[in-house]
Amino acid sequence: MKLREIRDLLDAELITGDANLDKEIKYVNAADLISDVLAYSTGPGALLITGIIHPQVIYAANTMDLGAILFVRGKRPNEATLQLAIENQVPLLTTRYIMFETCGRLYQLGMRACIEKVKNVRG
Amino acid sequence: MTVSDIVKSFGLKIRAGKNRLDEEVRGGYTGDLLSDVIAHSRKGNIWVTIQTHPNIVAVATMKELAGIILTGGREPDSETLRKAEEEGMPILVSSLLAFELTGKLYQMGISGMG
Amino acid sequence: MSGAENNIHLHEMFHIAGGNFTNAGSISSQVKKILKEAGFSSRVIRRTSIATFEAEMNVICYASRGNLSLFITPDFLKIVVEDEGIGIPDVDLAMQEGYSTASERIHELGFGAGMGLSNIKNNTDGMILTSKFGQGTHLEFLISLEGEDKSVPLLNAGG
Repeated sequence: MKLREIRDLLDAELITGDANLDKEIKYVNAADLISDVLAYSTGPGALLITGIIHPQVIYAANTMDLGAILFVRGKRPNEATLQLAIENQVPLLTTRYIMFETCGRLYQLGMRACIEKVKNVRG
Repeated sequence: MTVSDIVKSFGLKIRAGKNRLDEEVRGGYTGDLLSDVIAHSRKGNIWVTIQTHPNIVAVATMKELAGIILTGGREPDSETLRKAEEEGMPILVSSLLAFELTGKLYQMGISGMG
Repeated sequence: MSGAENNIHLHEMFHIAGGNFTNAGSISSQVKKILKEAGFSSRVIRRTSIATFEAEMNVICYASRGNLSLFITPDFLKIVVEDEGIGIPDVDLAMQEGYSTASERIHELGFGAGMGLSNIKNNTDGMILTSKFGQGTHLEFLISLEGEDKSVPLLNAGG
């Protein structure tokens, strides 16, 4: 799916100015904890759906070479986070839908998680 | 749709609240930030999260959620289980990641809209 | 390892301030930049920067201060993190996925999933963690450069 289609599907707003909206996104990770972003956003150029709006989410995006970040529930990052995203060329979008609805809509159109299943992690 | 229907559809493992699976599910909420869940989840929601500590039971009970599904194969802490049994809050476990499980729940007709 | 230790081609040290959540990940980003400029493969860069990110977050969440050192040798990359802080009372327990002692405040900032140490383990080729409860923690991990292109200029710098 193109970033543009994701934006339109979720009435999202691009908040980092002039990103390439023709960028193809194939994989998605939905997570609110940085460790989960680092563990499961392994697909190349994955989309991260999150409620974390602090600068560390941009550093995590940089580490994982994420394709874009989509903030849910209408959240907006502060100026520091926004500037860091622009410097690191990470497109940021924000949608007013909650994470559940956002995931549901994208899944229905064929988007998939970066990892299908994890091994039993304990025991 | 009940919690039990969801358990059957996705082969979820039941870790607590066996006797409360006939609860009707009305919508879903996915997220790991407890303040978000407190502020925005609604009564009867099924909650998809990766958080395993005991506070999830307190939040789910307070918000009268239908149950909690832990994703990514995460297992609840023992204290979480004890509290969940005490409160009769179903705790279920899935090896799918939050995105995938939420997508599948949505396809079953569970909405994220009020 | 002692032979290889004499062959360090780069050593950088970074200071981490405990409790400085807003800059979490900035050192990992600097490490990534160094490795990228040095010409390492994307696999090595990604594994190192994920593990470094987690190590950095651990100091920020649980210690009062710490230092993170990056060593580049012809055979491996090594990261050493030493901190002063509360330490870890039970290292084996802390290594379990999902185990966390993080406060609610830490969770709300997106940290403390109890995945950090296992994320480090899963992305490295060797890791040592020791801790004195009440004093601090020493963590080091290696990323093997076996199979890496040895034409990386930095690795040839020493001859």
